[in-house]
Amino acid sequence: MKIRNRETSQGTELNMTSMIDIVFLLLIFFVMTFKIVEMEGDFSIKMPLAGQGSSALDTTELPLKLRLRSDAAGSLAGIELNDIQMGNDAASFDKLRANVIGLIGTSTPMEVEAGEGPEIEIDTDYNLRYEYVIRAITAVSGYKDGDQVVKLIEKIKFAKPRR
Amino acid sequence: MRLKRTEVDMAEGDMTPMIDMTFQLIAFFMVLINFAQTEANDNVVLPNSRLVKPPEVALEFPIILHVGADGRVFLGGDDYTAETLRIGLDRELAVIRAEGKAVSDANVVIRGHKDVAAGEVQEIIRVCQDSNLENFALRVKEDRS
Repeated sequence: MKIRNRETSQGTELNMTSMIDIVFLLLIFFVMTFKIVEMEGDFSIKMPLAGQGSSALDTTELPLKLRLRSDAAGSLAGIELNDIQMGNDAASFDKLRANVIGLIGTSTPMEVEAGEGPEIEIDTDYNLRYEYVIRAITAVSGYKDGDQVVKLIEKIKFAKPRR
Repeated sequence: MRLKRTEVDMAEGDMTPMIDMTFQLIAFFMVLINFAQTEANDNVVLPNSRLVKPPEVALEFPIILHVGADGRVFLGGDDYTAETLRIGLDRELAVIRAEGKAVSDANVVIRGHKDVAAGEVQEIIRVCQDSNLENFALRVKEDRS
């Protein structure tokens, strides 16, 4: 008997080229659209128009006034908290935090209801860079103790803009 | 002398490890891709703060104002100044009113450039207050250092 095709059968080979083309296209798409996500958060400020809110009524709280002065270039020229001068160097925001702790009389986490607690009014020069305002808000609103955030002042408002 | 004739085939490399790696890369980028970049604006570099944390629940009725270094305000694709912002705000507030909600429920998210004059941000807040908006959120970048 004659047997044809005694050759060993080979595994079928897929043509990979088109798949690899698509895969590389996908890869390029994802590489191009990739952007590292930056974590963002908010400082909440409840600031109704003057005269509407109830903040004018609670006169029992110490009125804290923070004055931020700037030079002509918009850099920080000085910080004052209730007429206490704190300078404009790198340590001035730490001094500010220490003074806030001294004034509100506690350095422990405050167990207060939302909307309670001391209030601070930030009065800044018009051309001061926003970055310094955020640093000041950071200094007065709390500090980090390890991983835990200790809150100091949660009620922040702005004074009228100075032109 | 006898010469051996060798048949030269097309050299075929093993593609499997390369394809494995490529799929891993695709999986990596797919997982990390973030399509929710609509809130970002190229004109704004946020200031840093160590205290903020990403919010656990999204803000209700956010009105996102991007404030560029020159004081221009970007709202929903248009740019305004502090004086003309009222027009854009009215449009947003009309949407909120149409949904039957109070204007005071809206949250104004201010994404200010770190070098913008603080007075510009105050002016923007004042314009928003004139429109009866009272909840503001100053957005900053989380500083993990």
